[in-house]
Amino acid sequence: MSVTSVNIEGARERWVRTGGVELCVAELGDASQPTVLLVHGYPDSKEVWSEVAERLADRFHVVLYDVRGHGRSTAPAPLRGGFTLEKLTDDFLAVADAVSPDRPVHLVGHDWGSVQGWEFATVERTEGRIASFTSMSGPSLDHFGHWIKNRMSRPTPRRAAQLIGQGAKSWYVYMLHTPVLPELAWRGPLGKRWPKMLQRLENVPADGYPTASLPQDAAHGAWLYRDNVRARLRRPRSDAYAHVPVQLITPLDDAFLSPKLYAELDHWVPQLIRRTLPAKHWIPRTRPDQLAAWISEFVRTNEDGIPARDTVATGPYADRFGGRLVLVTGAASGIGRATAFAFAEAGARIVAVDRDAEGATRTAEMARLIGAPEAWGEVVDVSDEQAMEKLAEKVATEYGIVDVLVNNAGIGLSGSFFDTTAEDWKKVLDVNLWGVIHGCRIFGKQMADRGQGGHIVNTASAAAYQPSRALPAYSTSKAAVLMLSECLRAELAGQGIGVSAICPGLVNTNITSTTRFAGADATEEKRLQKKTSRLYGLRNFPPEKVASAILRAVAKNQAVVPVTPEARGAHLMSRFAPRTLRAIARLEPPL
Amino acid sequence: MPSAVKARPDTRLRGFREVQSLAYECAEAVAAQLKPGVTEREAARMQRDWLRERGVRDWFHLPFAWFGDRTAFANFRIPLQFFPTNRRLEAGMPFILDMAPVYKGYTADIGYSGCLGLNPVHDRLLADLEAHRSLLLREVREQRPLREIYENVDRLMVRQGYANRHRAYPFGVIAHKIDEVKERRWSPNVFGFGTQALKGLAGDALHGHRDGWSPLWSPYKFSDHPPQPGLWAVEPHLGFRGTGAKFEEILVVTDSKDPEQSAFWLDDDLPHVRRWAEEKAA
Repeated sequence: MSVTSVNIEGARERWVRTGGVELCVAELGDASQPTVLLVHGYPDSKEVWSEVAERLADRFHVVLYDVRGHGRSTAPAPLRGGFTLEKLTDDFLAVADAVSPDRPVHLVGHDWGSVQGWEFATVERTEGRIASFTSMSGPSLDHFGHWIKNRMSRPTPRRAAQLIGQGAKSWYVYMLHTPVLPELAWRGPLGKRWPKMLQRLENVPADGYPTASLPQDAAHGAWLYRDNVRARLRRPRSDAYAHVPVQLITPLDDAFLSPKLYAELDHWVPQLIRRTLPAKHWIPRTRPDQLAAWISEFVRTNEDGIPARDTVATGPYADRFGGRLVLVTGAASGIGRATAFAFAEAGARIVAVDRDAEGATRTAEMARLIGAPEAWGEVVDVSDEQAMEKLAEKVATEYGIVDVLVNNAGIGLSGSFFDTTAEDWKKVLDVNLWGVIHGCRIFGKQMADRGQGGHIVNTASAAAYQPSRALPAYSTSKAAVLMLSECLRAELAGQGIGVSAICPGLVNTNITSTTRFAGADATEEKRLQKKTSRLYGLRNFPPEKVASAILRAVAKNQAVVPVTPEARGAHLMSRFAPRTLRAIARLEPPL
Repeated sequence: MPSAVKARPDTRLRGFREVQSLAYECAEAVAAQLKPGVTEREAARMQRDWLRERGVRDWFHLPFAWFGDRTAFANFRIPLQFFPTNRRLEAGMPFILDMAPVYKGYTADIGYSGCLGLNPVHDRLLADLEAHRSLLLREVREQRPLREIYENVDRLMVRQGYANRHRAYPFGVIAHKIDEVKERRWSPNVFGFGTQALKGLAGDALHGHRDGWSPLWSPYKFSDHPPQPGLWAVEPHLGFRGTGAKFEEILVVTDSKDPEQSAFWLDDDLPHVRRWAEEKAA
């Protein structure tokens, strides 16, 4: 037996004998809790789950086993015909009966573990033994077979493209069907290089995974493909309906499986919840926090017997932001508040930060009403570095690491450059620029240290590229935010953290009624504030639309997003007609 | 006509009170009959039939019914979208019934918000309307310009996190004047509005234009005047992400010097007011 380099802390081992093989089963956590059974893929062993299992162990009875022929489980003899899905189902039932004889288990599968899981969740003889199934990166071969047939029989251009796209991604499946060569490669150079390849191509952290049994696992596992793929794709079962609730987690940048594969899944699964995350294939290694959170939530909702579908948010991007932690600054009003609400509608957990305590609490309260499972209001001045540090510490310990950070807090300052005092400059830069810097530095650092991706959104402004004689200080601060976002985006790209700069334009929010007008006395300032508010009110571009642009920017990882038509126009002109923009900059605003 | 305010104020107010409570009774009766699958058209028809059976012959406007995100006027671009559609009511959906019957020559214009089953967002909106009712009365008593009050209501909505949806009404009005209407044997409707009532409003608009006031309480310059004595149907309408809620009832404005008497709600025995009282008691 090979020595494993990844150890699962505190695991109790046992052996389960079934159908001529011995399976190595590891258990963690309190056996009286609901059982979560994790099944690994190819070429993997149960240690692929080590990070996820440790995170689940404090809440659940976590069980992992090496699939026959992998890790420390023995291989069937002969190998040919020993890996059919029927035999794998026998293995699963044997393990489930051994570890949880009285209660059904919550099944989680990745890659081939998920392919098996689909078989378990759709065949009759497992009914009553499975409570829920979380599938990641592994379709049912039967559904896949029907998917191909549908596209072959009616190849519209789009469907043909989907077919060709997935056909190209499946190159390795064809390779694995050649005799002997794959085994030779895995036991030779490929097996040696594989860990490095995973790190380079799949961003899997270098923490001792894959284990030393890899060449053996990969060589045996080739029979998973040879024993099942051709048979199932040629004659897919027509009764492959899931008899359990299914949570489908789709990594969007998977090199082997197209997200389009699951387009028709609703037909097969009556209770389906979709989740997506921007990551590559090996999510159990690269995104353990998120997986543990989603699995826990799904297991818990299915333990109490209430259909999980009713408890899940339904807004746009719910698959993407459900359960994630989103922190929004300046969330007591305007764009910040609308953004918090939009994320809440998508099922995210919200931290609403603002100087205005009442407003922040109100935002959190309303966010809970429309779909946020949890929401908190926090009072912090973003320009206060120490307060931000303290907030970050509190958020990290009490709510978790922020997945999406929206640096939105900002103040307005208008007036001629010579009327703008040093004090005015300091104030506007403190909030608009330093607030963003503190946010990115403190929360961005936490995100980067965690190493599981994330996203930062900075609210810049159309004034960042549209010069104007009326807004010298404000425009300067926002231009700095825009450039900061671009630089940070370059720096964090390698760590799976996206950075977007949003340039809203004229949006009907109360920034106009708090804008400072340099050089104007109190009554004149009041008048100007009123007048601008009315102008912005006439324009009446709602902050909700900016919020949807922010969600879209995060989902698509866009770099710079001008929102209103005038902001888009100015953005275009800043590239192709900057002289016109400069001419516009000279105009006095109609106040 | 504004001059009519002085004549026999008590009987007059009693007449308005009677038609307003009749309309609210209708709203409650129809709301009780709403069930999943009923369309907006059917709900509007039910209101119309209920009131016709009880002697209503003319309308300030025909009954409206809005279901689901239409309560927040989502994506309303042209006024024709206010008219009832074939949208069907579903469990948990909010709805608004809005009607303006003329009864014995008196007009009411009311709005009733409800929802079919549980909807915590809707409950919240309804509860938050109370602050608007007191704000409106307080500021009208302070004789502030209507435009300013409008903006203060707007600010309160923004603070509460809501969108101003009465902005979607014609001229963006939060209120409009209503008055007695002559009962004619033939009074046709134009785009859902009774011609007799429109005539009254047009007359007011003309008088007001000469004297510097308007029967429409809007965010625009023509509403930049202190409250004009008469009866105002006030309808603050909150919207929050596809859920809308409003009330609409008559505010009486007089030229009395006593602030208590200068403005008051015509009737406090209305469903939404009772609801707030019950919530406080609970």
